Amino acid sequence: MSRARLARHPFLALALLALAALAALALALAVGSIAVPAREVFAALFGDGGGTGAAVVRELRLSRALACFASGGLLALAGTLMQVLLRNPLADPYILGVSGGAAVGALAAVVLGFAAPWMDAAALVGALAAMLAVFGLAHGDGSWTQTRLLLTGVIVAAGCGAAITLMLALAPAAQVRSMLFWLMGDASAANRPWPALVVLAVGLAAALPFGRDLNVLARGQLSAQALGVDTRRLRRGLYVLASLFTAVAVTLVGTVGFVGLVVPHLTRLVLGNDQRVLMPASALAGGALLTVADTLARTVIAPRQLPVGVLTVLIGVPVFLFLLARNARGQTR
Amino acid sequence: MSAPALAAELVCPQPWPDAALPLLAARGLSIALGGRELCRAFDFAVRAGQCVAILGRNGAGKTTLLHALAGLHDEGSAATVRGEVRFGTRPCAAWPPLQAARFRGLLPQHRASPFAATVLETVLIGRHPHLGRWGWEGEADAAIARAALAAVGLQGFDDRDLRALSGGEQQRVALATLLTQTPRLLLLDEPLNHLDLHHQIATLELLAALAAAGRGVVMVLHDLDMAARYADSIVLLDGAGGVTVGSRDEVLTEATLSHAFGHPLQRCEVAGKTVFLP
Repeated sequence: MSRARLARHPFLALALLALAALAALALALAVGSIAVPAREVFAALFGDGGGTGAAVVRELRLSRALACFASGGLLALAGTLMQVLLRNPLADPYILGVSGGAAVGALAAVVLGFAAPWMDAAALVGALAAMLAVFGLAHGDGSWTQTRLLLTGVIVAAGCGAAITLMLALAPAAQVRSMLFWLMGDASAANRPWPALVVLAVGLAAALPFGRDLNVLARGQLSAQALGVDTRRLRRGLYVLASLFTAVAVTLVGTVGFVGLVVPHLTRLVLGNDQRVLMPASALAGGALLTVADTLARTVIAPRQLPVGVLTVLIGVPVFLFLLARNARGQTR
Repeated sequence: MSAPALAAELVCPQPWPDAALPLLAARGLSIALGGRELCRAFDFAVRAGQCVAILGRNGAGKTTLLHALAGLHDEGSAATVRGEVRFGTRPCAAWPPLQAARFRGLLPQHRASPFAATVLETVLIGRHPHLGRWGWEGEADAAIARAALAAVGLQGFDDRDLRALSGGEQQRVALATLLTQTPRLLLLDEPLNHLDLHHQIATLELLAALAAAGRGVVMVLHDLDMAARYADSIVLLDGAGGVTVGSRDEVLTEATLSHAFGHPLQRCEVAGKTVFLP
């Protein structure tokens, strides 16, 4: 189906994406070192299926698949919001150093010997601090903002990278392994998906009513104010939500890059620029992408596992380039 | 279609029964920017049916004044605004933002969207203050948007990519967005930017027709001849804080304009129209 037709039928597009997301989750449950037939997966989830296959699905694969789905959705949604907030299609939690800030916070908590809940809190604080630095320094609405923003983000990300390396060098050997978890974007230890899923659902539900406000804000701050949007409050809300999403995602699966940049781009190329459609579409597509990527990460060279962060980039780049090239020819968007 | 007929298509939903009550009234308005005085306390009112031009040299503060009259302020702007601006009977700050957006609209000077959009999508943005939190643009909104596009001569451009349009066409899309907002008070920052001569005249005819139909129009202009032809009153900024407010014939004199623009100007009458020769 052509882009124009999909853009005219946003609910059909969303339904297709939801099906794709379900398919990705089903694939993640069925595929692995022990192949579980679809019937057994279904029985394990909804019935009282016994046996090894059902146990693997319920105890290992389900939480991991859901964690990947939630993180992918959160990162894609965070990217979507940041791109509107900064009116810059290159904004992304990874590029802007927010992921790096979250990782610095979480690693510092590990080094200082805090327990897991403090690690999550520290990741959130780190994400907010990094975004505050970038946002504060690159604030404005002029044409210089784009360059300045990207440079600021790159510098903050570089600073975070240095801090991470420093902590890795100084940390006791016993802790380095759990710290590396952050840097590789690895979902193998992700076993508590529900908080992230709740944040994704509640965050999306909170952002959706403001979809048209975001459409207006994307045209510029002055125009948005003249059209009755309280830009100050809206931008603050976007800032907090995007940082929260990033921090939660990074806490769960580590620093997975690329999802926040590429998924909103892809959905925008296919569905157009209406944030009311783009937000749920990005969340679904991001979740599906990370779920598929993680399934590949743990199967392609099984029994060894790849970091999922590598896979998202390997999947995302060719797809993105293809769409971009097709689009340049079609001259549609 | 003639300009009055086009203007009649774009119905303003807000009635304004009291013709004597100004749509916009500024009292003791003074604006400073970065320690420089742009406007020294002055009074000014726009009534329904009026078409006002704001004139002045580069950097005199025309845009800052227009934003202040719209009750808007850039977060990044260093301008300090004193005095009071009223829409109707209430100070503009007392208007809820969405209600204010249904009353007054602004055509900003600089617009650049980093995201792709079609012409119709862009113009429909103007319906934002008329829709509820969960509302989607419907057929009625699209009909208003299409009427606005027709009024600026862009019928049939609905599905065109905004970024593939020329500068003048983008300017007219922005004007159509403002018309789709259907405000009673239209504030326009250099509405003639990028427009060819034909569309300059068409735009001013349309704005004059909207004013004649009971709207208020305030526009920043650079072209003195157009101001002389279409504005009935003038706000002239001299760049040093001095503001001259008055009817067209009071303000558009050789002496006042020559002083404000720092260049000698000669007023001539050609074929019944006033022109100023530099």
